Amino acid sequence: MSATTLLAIVLALSLIGYLWGRANAGALKRAGQGMHSIPAYHGYFVALSCGVPAFLLVLIWLAAQNTIIDSIVLAGLPSYVTDGVESSRMSLIASEIKGIAGGRIFGTPDQALIDAAERYNALRGIASLGMAVCALALAIGGMIYARSRLSPEFRARNRVDNIIRWGLIVCSILAILTTLGIILSLVIESLAFFARVPVFSFLFGLEWSPQTPMRADQVAAAGAFGAVPVFWGTIFISAIAMFVALPVGLFSAIYLVEYANHRVRSVVKPLLEILAGIPTIVYGFFAILTVAPMIREFGISMGLSVASNSALAAGSVMGIMLIPFISSFADDAISAVPQSMRDGSYALGATKAETIRQVLLPAALPGIVGGVLLAVSRAIGETMIVVMAAGLTATLTANPLEGVTTVTVQIVTLLIGDTEFDSPKTLAAFGLGLVLFISTLALNIVALQVVKRYRERYE
Amino acid sequence: MSDKSISTAPAVQTGNWYEPDAKLKRRYASDRRLRFYGVTAIVFALGMLAALVGTIAVTALPAITQTMVTLDVELPADKIDPADPRSAGYLKLFSDAVARLFPEVDTPKETRELRQLFTSSAQYQLRDMVVADPSLIGKTVAFTFPLSDIGDQLHKGAIDRNLPSDQRRVSDIQIGWYDRLVEQDRITAPFNWGMIFNADSRFPEQAGLWGALVGSFYALLICFLVSFPVGISAAVYLEEFAPKNRWTDIIEVNINNLAAVPSIVFGLLGLAVFLNFFGMPRSAPIVGGLVLSLMTLPTIIIATRAALKAVPPSIREAAIGVGASKMQTVGHHVLPLAMPGILTGTIIGLAQALGETAPLLLIGMNAFITAAPESMFNPSTALPTQIYIWADSPERGFTSRTSAAIIVLLGFLVCMNAIAIYMRKRFERKW
Repeated sequence: MSATTLLAIVLALSLIGYLWGRANAGALKRAGQGMHSIPAYHGYFVALSCGVPAFLLVLIWLAAQNTIIDSIVLAGLPSYVTDGVESSRMSLIASEIKGIAGGRIFGTPDQALIDAAERYNALRGIASLGMAVCALALAIGGMIYARSRLSPEFRARNRVDNIIRWGLIVCSILAILTTLGIILSLVIESLAFFARVPVFSFLFGLEWSPQTPMRADQVAAAGAFGAVPVFWGTIFISAIAMFVALPVGLFSAIYLVEYANHRVRSVVKPLLEILAGIPTIVYGFFAILTVAPMIREFGISMGLSVASNSALAAGSVMGIMLIPFISSFADDAISAVPQSMRDGSYALGATKAETIRQVLLPAALPGIVGGVLLAVSRAIGETMIVVMAAGLTATLTANPLEGVTTVTVQIVTLLIGDTEFDSPKTLAAFGLGLVLFISTLALNIVALQVVKRYRERYE
Repeated sequence: MSDKSISTAPAVQTGNWYEPDAKLKRRYASDRRLRFYGVTAIVFALGMLAALVGTIAVTALPAITQTMVTLDVELPADKIDPADPRSAGYLKLFSDAVARLFPEVDTPKETRELRQLFTSSAQYQLRDMVVADPSLIGKTVAFTFPLSDIGDQLHKGAIDRNLPSDQRRVSDIQIGWYDRLVEQDRITAPFNWGMIFNADSRFPEQAGLWGALVGSFYALLICFLVSFPVGISAAVYLEEFAPKNRWTDIIEVNINNLAAVPSIVFGLLGLAVFLNFFGMPRSAPIVGGLVLSLMTLPTIIIATRAALKAVPPSIREAAIGVGASKMQTVGHHVLPLAMPGILTGTIIGLAQALGETAPLLLIGMNAFITAAPESMFNPSTALPTQIYIWADSPERGFTSRTSAAIIVLLGFLVCMNAIAIYMRKRFERKW
């Protein structure tokens, strides 16, 4: 029985439980008993006692099942298959067994693997049967227990409210679990990486070439995972992006808040926001389709040599993506400056430009800075534009016409098509991910703090 | 009286009050400059938007049609077994039809060149046509199938005939054959339905978006099924029930920070937790959907909290006053009133999820898969990852198809956002 049918059956049982409980409680009520709760709540109580434990059991069972079956099957392999095999090879064996079990046989596999595949199929059968039996038993047991509690004094409404409240709490804890999951997975894999490559040489090494094949007799060269060029590329491209986005975003916000009339504003502002809604992969394609060739042709006509995946192309397209980000933050910040400050400035005879420069911008500065920090964190974590438009080789250069690579590009190229979890190459991606997570988190926290402080000042 | 004082007062200070002095001129000029910068910035930003949409739309134009060719293929009854039409030698039947049309082509090299004009899967399409309609056996039928990428490009004028033949991808003799097909009225260019209803392929003329559309649909379905109830529950707890203490503060800060975590980090999470730890299938929409739901969760929670905050406390007080429990108050009154705002936020969150690429790349949804997934556990691509795959493909025909796929993606996004805006306008209530 598949998990979906099982869940459907459990759902149907809960529905039956609801009707049963409500009917019984209704009968009691019609018999003239003074009930604490209305019959529907007795029904809900029966349904929840029936469905919730069974549902949770199925989820936990499904989550644990694969790992347990895999380890049983691999442990049962004869020693000549497993002896001296590294764990990365083991996962390949495991997937081969699963392939055979699923009927995808290539060549003539070892008899031991065929046996293992049969065992795998048998175990899966037992597991899904066991899951169905346990879940249904739990569902029916829960239903009978709840029915036995049904009485006029039973506080069904309070119990149901409590169960739902716990459900709500679990859901809000899920947000914390997500963060924990991110931190744990990044930290654990990074620790495995740092066991092979020292932290110091990762953070401060100047040479990045993870693609070089490493033979077994070759000690992981200390210089191969020096991430400084990658960090530099990220900072460089983000800087180019901010160089485009900051003036454009800021000036358009100033114009929209202080100069534009209502009609212009109501047309231009949503149009700018469209820029924020376009998926980044579209920007990436725009960069390789239009911007990069344009920059290249222009550079060549000026007699410069331009790489086809220049930092300038990726950075400037990323800057276009960030324009609405900056402009909407600056817009909010400038709009939030009290009118009295403008009036005071005008009364002293200042022009509009002087008011903006000397009164509004200083007052709005915290909000603008917060927005800029968030935009920088966006730029650092942005993936698709740089994956498509920036280079793959890590070079330490300050020439925007050359190709540089970024943290996100390296993560993607290291992980695409490679599922082995034990090569330093794969683990390096998690090391980079950890650095990326920490730096964007720090930027976000500082930015939110800055924005919060400025809000307190004027509201 | 006041008129007089205004007109006389400056005259006392300087000789000519209505002629601004040099300093004032400078100040006004700087004001005009700032205004000019603002206009320039806006024109630049909007110009870039127009350039982006414009170039992609123009590039997508050739992909609207697919060049097809019609051949008369004999389907002799003695060569096809009506009981098992699948097993007949369709490559031979197809080659015979081609040879009848071009009798002078006999060397293997020329035959190969001629074959390059037609899509490589023509014989399978012929087979599928016969299998679908066995009554065709014994007749000569007009069989319409796509030209190959080079034939398609030739028809759309993307190949410059004036170039020397070693600089273009089509030889002179191939152009001659193509022209003959045109003269015989065998070339048509109908709307490119294959672009939508075919699965992916290495050959541009056979590649379509169906697999990606189905994959994206499954992923979004999972994303909605998980993030919508969980997001609402979390928001309801935080807004209506949670005591104000350190724990709920942590949860709040957490949610705000999660909303700003780079999407690729969620991909790393999916890779390490869902694929590696729980052993879920690689490239499957269910994993993609789960990762996307974790990303969408903060958006939905924040939108739901804003919608709940907007419901006035008098509603809650009235419900409590007539004896509802706190849970009944929220479930029966507050939540239904907040629903339009919640749905608007959810649709916007789902639209973001639809365009998200990076996390899907890391869990392998960029695999090359030539059939639409049968369920959400089968390997599949999604719309944005399909765009990524095509953008990386060197064939000329994929450039316009990538742009067309982007237009499809943008079309979905525009529709979703339009629904969200409509719902906000239609159902938003001012208390």
